[in-house]
Amino acid sequence: MGKKIVCICQDITEEEVVDAIKQGYDDIESLKRYTGALTGPCQGKACLRHVITILARELGKSPKEVGVPTQRPPIKPIALGILAGESSE
Amino acid sequence: MNEKVDVVIIGGGLTGLGIAYRLVEKGMKNVVVLEKGYIGVGASGRFPGGTVQQLPTLDEITLAKEGVKMLRHLSDELNFNIMFRQKGSLLLAFTEEQVDRLMVSVRLQNILKVKSKFIGPSDVKKIVPMLDADKILGAAFCPTDGIVYPYALLWGYAQAVRRGGGRIRTFTEAREVKVEDGQVRAVVTNEGEIEASTVVNAAGARSADIAKIAGVKLPNEPRRREFLVTETLKPFLGPLVLSLHNGLCLAQAMRGEVICSIPGRKSAPSGDMRSSVEFLERAARAAIEIIPQFRDLKVMRQWVGLYDATPDGKPVLGEVKDVRGFIQANGFCGRGLETSTAAARLLAELIVDGKAPALLESFSIERFAEKESTEGKGAMVDFQIS
Repeated sequence: MGKKIVCICQDITEEEVVDAIKQGYDDIESLKRYTGALTGPCQGKACLRHVITILARELGKSPKEVGVPTQRPPIKPIALGILAGESSE
Repeated sequence: MNEKVDVVIIGGGLTGLGIAYRLVEKGMKNVVVLEKGYIGVGASGRFPGGTVQQLPTLDEITLAKEGVKMLRHLSDELNFNIMFRQKGSLLLAFTEEQVDRLMVSVRLQNILKVKSKFIGPSDVKKIVPMLDADKILGAAFCPTDGIVYPYALLWGYAQAVRRGGGRIRTFTEAREVKVEDGQVRAVVTNEGEIEASTVVNAAGARSADIAKIAGVKLPNEPRRREFLVTETLKPFLGPLVLSLHNGLCLAQAMRGEVICSIPGRKSAPSGDMRSSVEFLERAARAAIEIIPQFRDLKVMRQWVGLYDATPDGKPVLGEVKDVRGFIQANGFCGRGLETSTAAARLLAELIVDGKAPALLESFSIERFAEKESTEGKGAMVDFQIS
């Protein structure tokens, strides 16, 4: 069986996520920090559903019970120069 | 569910887990750590993980130096890579007054054989070539400081504690500390009561609240601190960089992202955990000012952490005189990584051997009772960011 990639930013497989859950990183915040999923350039936009689905399945809970990690701004990455008020030219 | 243990530690951060680890190491297995959230939900998981031995008093330098020495061995001891990179800490001076202050501080550290030194702008440039050294008059550099991945240390401690027989109860809240005849008796949690004659308050920014439920007044206050993290870059920034001009702090983490922080304008105590755009703008301007290439670097996310600040900027360590068995391990003011590592061992000695190591004396809670001192308030401003 081939690898199932869960997080394309950080190159994390389903196997690695399941392994982390089995080691006890079984709340969504700890799982995020231990695996690094949800912390790449997409900030979870591509992987959040996969991670929640896997965690819910492994714990026998519903995705709602698993919850989502604290959503942090900004919605899209922003260059420091723009934030500093420099012109974009 | 009621049970009886030797020690209850309130707070599953670096301090609480550090103490639990040292207790288990000394053979005391019947230890329970209570954590209201997940491991490291408080300040421990919200800062860049820098160690700074460049501190303003001899007692704190002694603790920090010992802590750094211990951190060097912890990956092996815990059998868990805490990712400690000893690339130094660099405190940048922009005025003559700041230069003088750093030189005094370096002399103090050198007395205790901490190898910090004052260097000129050209040497600063050699250590961090990307820095715009035009306005920098010099810097204090401590080569033995470094950066740890705080979560790795937390997880390493947690695994070792569990292996040694200790227990960590996450998502469990301490609601009351029962005291009878001046002696701690039990902790009431949302999942029942735990009897113990020793209770450790390692609750970080919530330490004053925990002291309150034991009937003890602790002068600690939470202080907001905002952080941002950027996309990843190749390794280019070895040391933790701190600007004395505005308190800007920069560190490159192991994965390559840059963590950036700058103190807020208002320093009033606040437990507000909301991120602000104002911080992003201020941090961006300050970062670009010293590293111009940063203008194209993108911010990935931002968050808030709370420091546990004391009136004199020093931690509160040791037993409360009027409440036997109630041990304070808090007030680290943002310097907790290095100092709490050392404090954990000293406090474990106090708990197991019943005798307080001499170094703990000046950190006692009793110092606040002796005089309602507010001097030194704000003393933490320059150094709090580690």
